[in-house]
Amino acid sequence: MPLEPAITDLEQLKDRPAVAALEAGLPGALQAAKFDRSELTLWIDPLKIIPALTLLRDSAATSYKSLADVTAVDWLPAEPRFEVVYSLLSYERRERLRVKVKVSGNDPYIESATVLWPGASPFEREIFDLFGIRFLGHPDLRRILLPDDWEGHPLRKDYPVEGYR
Amino acid sequence: MPATLDYFRAIPVVETIGGDRTMVLNMGPQHPSTHGVLRLVVEIDGETVVRIRPDIGYLHTGIEKTCEAKFYQQVIPMTDRIDYLAPMANNLAYVLAVEKLLGLEVPPRAMWIRLMLSELTRISSHLVWLGTHAMDIGAMTVFLYCFREREEILKMYEMVAGQRMMTSYFRVGGLSMNLPLGFLDYLKNFTNYFPARIEQYSDLLTSNPIWMVRTKGVAKISKEDAMELMLTGPTARASGIDWDLRRDMPYGGYENLEFKVPLATEGDVYARYMVRMEELRQSLGMVKQAMANLPDGPIKADAPKIVLPDREKMKTQMESLIHHFKIVTEGFNVPEGEVYQGIESPRGEMGYYVVSDGTAKPYRVHMRAPSFANLNAIGPMCEGNLLADVVAAIGSIDIILGDVDR
Repeated sequence: MPLEPAITDLEQLKDRPAVAALEAGLPGALQAAKFDRSELTLWIDPLKIIPALTLLRDSAATSYKSLADVTAVDWLPAEPRFEVVYSLLSYERRERLRVKVKVSGNDPYIESATVLWPGASPFEREIFDLFGIRFLGHPDLRRILLPDDWEGHPLRKDYPVEGYR
Repeated sequence: MPATLDYFRAIPVVETIGGDRTMVLNMGPQHPSTHGVLRLVVEIDGETVVRIRPDIGYLHTGIEKTCEAKFYQQVIPMTDRIDYLAPMANNLAYVLAVEKLLGLEVPPRAMWIRLMLSELTRISSHLVWLGTHAMDIGAMTVFLYCFREREEILKMYEMVAGQRMMTSYFRVGGLSMNLPLGFLDYLKNFTNYFPARIEQYSDLLTSNPIWMVRTKGVAKISKEDAMELMLTGPTARASGIDWDLRRDMPYGGYENLEFKVPLATEGDVYARYMVRMEELRQSLGMVKQAMANLPDGPIKADAPKIVLPDREKMKTQMESLIHHFKIVTEGFNVPEGEVYQGIESPRGEMGYYVVSDGTAKPYRVHMRAPSFANLNAIGPMCEGNLLADVVAAIGSIDIILGDVDR
């Protein structure tokens, strides 16, 4: 299965249920899209992430009822520096969707998805712990894997692999 | 606001819900029934659990960070160490993700061997779960029987990979080496006597009155809560979520196998036990199918710049020697992009999110660990129930702390 070039043109992707639902229900929320290696990625406006996730979960055409994973990527030195990555899963259509949000490196924060999926709580705490991204509205945002008095956020690209000595 | 959100609010150090009636108790991190180093902060009112919060991270080794400093092929040995009871499942998820990034297809023989060993891994992992879970509740004998059969599977691991636990047998583009002589006979012998052994465990537990009292109706979780809490795998299927990645989103050749996905609706410890017992039988069936369908042929993809050459070729052909040297010293470049590969590990959805920036080292590797998400269930399962049932609940979720903390 040789690789096919990625499709990044929104016009070509507008038939996809997730793209169509977002364009109709939340105009302006969708910033970009990419279809690569049979996986669809959508970039959402950080201010509209919770309405967008709600729409994708509750709309009958998309029905991404399950959140499989939340993580983040550090794109230092780019700005906005971080991407928070949500991996959604639809049981009915047996399909995954990746939703991404760009977060600024200067005081990174975003709304918490725990209002939709409380189970996202430890995942967001992990991102807070390892990347230093704050989640507004999270019930208990503390470090989860590292000790409470740890300095720095290890998964940031400017944190040395060996740690600070 | 979903009600289950309350399970994630911290227990304040000084103010307990019950005032003077309740006390806060630390269970673990060194406690035999927590299967590793899980610390549970429990607020109890007499024998009843009022609130319970897991405290994790005692086994955190920063594997995700380490991966970013390794070549793609050097990451494989680290994936073994995440879920150390199901090393092949982790290998599989990672190599499938990298193969998807590369657009690489593995030959049929490698695919079938992978399927066979993945299902064998599920059996071995479930055997450890059954043995330790039963021992936690007080049935000591089952443990000895389960480890007897697990030993046989570990011997087979050793035959194929040279290692009993950290196998690193699956490689990007195929397998590290072919099956050794006599392996299939050994496995065939195992599949012949194993069905009787499953019935043996079942006879000890399934209709045992003590077992039923300790498990039926204990640590219940509803389907709605299971959805909100992102549970997967047998824990979710015992609550009525009819979802199995092997059947619903087949990967790595599972579309070629015939099997049933066991389901239960009660959502208690007994239901989870029944689901996993049936999975043992189904997995055995899949191992048999894979053995019957196993074709001859190469075990590595024909991609000399990615897959290490055969030892024999390396010694006789200049190009192979050069490729070998290049792969070992410089790694192989992976085209830019990102993939998420989810597989059904013995514990639930094991997902690898791999981001490539076009170099020989992954830009980011994230493991979506099933135990990490399934630990969410501990609150709704235990609150309002007896302290003694906490042990049954932990055992029935089947968490691995290496998987939780990574």
